[in-house]
Order: sequence, then C-alpha cells, then structure tokens
Amino acid sequence: MPNSPAERPRRISVQRKGPLLVEGPVEVELEDGSTVVSDRFRVALCTCRRSRRYPWCDTSHRDRA
Amino acid sequence: MPPGLKGYPARMAYEGPRLPAARGPLSAGVREYLLGTGPLPPAPTAERAAPYGDDLQLALYVCYEPHYRGFAGVSPDVEWDPGLLRLRAALEQRFLTALRADTPVRDSVEDALAELLVEPVEGTGVSHFLRDEGELWQLREYAAQRSLYHLKEADPHAWVLPRLWGRAKAAMAAVEFDEYGGGRADRVHARLFADLMTDLDLDTTYGRYLDAACAETLATVNLMSLFGLHRGLRGALVGHFATVEITSSPGSRRLAEAMRRAGAGPAAAYFYDEHVEADAVHEQVVRHEVIGGLLEQEPWLAPDVAFGVGATVLLEDRLGERLLGDWRAGRSSLRTPPTLHTPPTSEKTHIS
Repeated sequence: MPNSPAERPRRISVQRKGPLLVEGPVEVELEDGSTVVSDRFRVALCTCRRSRRYPWCDTSHRDRA
Repeated sequence: MPPGLKGYPARMAYEGPRLPAARGPLSAGVREYLLGTGPLPPAPTAERAAPYGDDLQLALYVCYEPHYRGFAGVSPDVEWDPGLLRLRAALEQRFLTALRADTPVRDSVEDALAELLVEPVEGTGVSHFLRDEGELWQLREYAAQRSLYHLKEADPHAWVLPRLWGRAKAAMAAVEFDEYGGGRADRVHARLFADLMTDLDLDTTYGRYLDAACAETLATVNLMSLFGLHRGLRGALVGHFATVEITSSPGSRRLAEAMRRAGAGPAAAYFYDEHVEADAVHEQVVRHEVIGGLLEQEPWLAPDVAFGVGATVLLEDRLGERLLGDWRAGRSSLRTPPTLHTPPTSEKTHIS
C-alpha cells in the first residue's frame, strides 16, 4: 500500500527554543537503558535538559523574569 | 412558564443539578422562570447590573447551563427558549462590553502570548501561594471553586470545532481528544478531577458547588461559554484556550507540589501531574497549529484572539485576587464552606 499512513515518515518538529514535537505514541530510551512510553497523540521532548519530568517537556525552557 | 416544543409532550428533567439560590433580582427572575413560577426579569434590570457581580454572573451561568447538563425540574427545551435567549443576550452584552473596556489592547497575538511565556522568578499567584503555604482547607476551597469548570473540562471548547477547518480543526480536535482521555473513560480529565475531589473529601456531583462559588469563579466559566457558544467569537475562544494551555503547565506543577505537601492524596497530585505533561504539548499544538492555522485562514481574527487572551488573564487575575484576599484575611472564599465527610482532625496520610 504505497499510500498507507504507516508508510509516511514520522514527523518531528524542531524549534530553536522549545521541545521537540514528535507524533506519538513514542518509546524513549534513556541513557541508563531504561525506557519510558507515552501514547499521547503528540509528545513534547525536552531539549533544554531542565525538565523535572525528563524526557518530557514541562515548560522549564521558558525565560524567567 | 417557558413553552415546550410544539407537537412534543412536555418533558421534564427530574435528575440533574439543583437550581442555585438567587443572588439578586436577575438570578431570582431566571430561577423563577425556569421553575415556571414567575416572569423573566425585564431587560433594564440587566442593563443596570454590575457586570462582574454575583447576580449577573449567576443569572448568566444559569442561562448557559441548559446547554451542558440542565437542571432538575427544568424542561430541557428551555435551551432554545426565545425569552431566555433574549435575556441571555442582554446579560452577555453587559459582560462583553465590560470585558472589552477592561482588557488591555495588545498590538498582536504574539505580543499577547509573549507575556504568558515568561515565568516570574518570584510569582505571587494562587498556585505560588498554595505551593508555599497552602493549607488543606484552602486546597479544598480551590478545588470546589474550580470544579465548576473541571467537571466539564474541555466541554466549552468543543463548540468551536464546527467553526474551524483544516489545520486548526484537526489540531483542536486532537487536543480535545487528549482532554477527553484519548478514548478512555477513566482518563477523561473531568473524571481525573472528580478523583482529585474524592481525595480532598469533596462531593463530586456535577453542580454541587455552584451555590458556594464566588462571582469571580462564575465569570471565568461564563467567559468560556460565551466564547464557545458564539461563532463570531471563535477567535476569542481560541485565544482563551491558548491562555489556559500556556499557563497550565507551570501552574499545575506548583499545584501538584501543593497537593503533595498537604498530603491530599495520590489522585489529587496526579490530576496536576498529568496537566504538567499534557499541557506542555497542548500549548505547542494550540499556538502553532490552532492559532497558526486559524490566522492563516482568517488573519482578520488576530485582534479577537488577542482579546481572548487578555480577557482570560483579566478574569483569572480577578479570581486570584479574590482567593488570596480572603485566605490572607483568614476567611473562606466560598459563600458556603464545604462540609467535610470526615472530621477535620482525621488527617489523611497517603504514601505514594
């Protein structure tokens, strides 16, 4: 099925400031080999490394004033 | 007595939330009308009422509720009763005029959202207060007030779906699907909030705390119904939704900490933990896809989106000031403080 949705590459949106947005569900392998799973329709992966719910974004990348 | 639909037998809802007690002539008149015991208040009464006051806000809330769950003893046909809709329009006009006058005007949607995307180092809002010094009774009051929205979480926003299309519609529907538990009843956010209420020893019955809620709470929920029920305000609804999603994540983190510190129970903390993660995603989707998609198709709606953002901030700030003002003075923020099912001395200790 050339037009099957499954054939479409998974889209990941990147932004200079903010999380990676990945179409879910996803399984993320962490540095220690453990895995975490999210079945949300889209997931936000932390790139600033400040999240307290790493690897998920918790908006800690925001500017503080 | 509001007329029923011609040709159909009169229907009456015996189940459902109780009509709230009146808080003035407007809310008294609406109540009497719905019960079939009196006429609707004349339009000049609406024109003179304080736009953010208890009487107008409760009357408006009761006018909207037939679109959600209705009231016990009231025919579901009142949802489209012309007399009730005429009065509702007068109340909405009074409310909306005040909101337009009091909401600061921003040059662009980006400007309006930029203010929300900066986290204050020393925040002074309700969630900061509850995290740092909130006591269990204050958390219970907060949940009772917020239950007016959270027990129908995402419902007012669902009305915007037929008014959107393309990218905006698809993204809005996806976020709503997540709010509704992704197809799983036990994960519907309104259900998660009911579980939180159970942990806090509150009554989870829909509408149970309507009589207790202050005018400032009613206004925050009326704003969503107003924006949701008018296609002409779809831009404002989207702005409102973006504001909720952007501010929710950091606020929910503080509230989760508050719930843990007060020993509120695992479901109470879980509700806010789930919102930290979900709303970090929703924020991105709403900003880029819903707002982006809507303004790509209808760029002239930008001032409405910015107005929706500003009006939401305005009413949330008013509610925050009301809650903190009462709590700092050692007062209840509720008109009728909730009764505890268990004595206040039996402290819950959950280990999670």
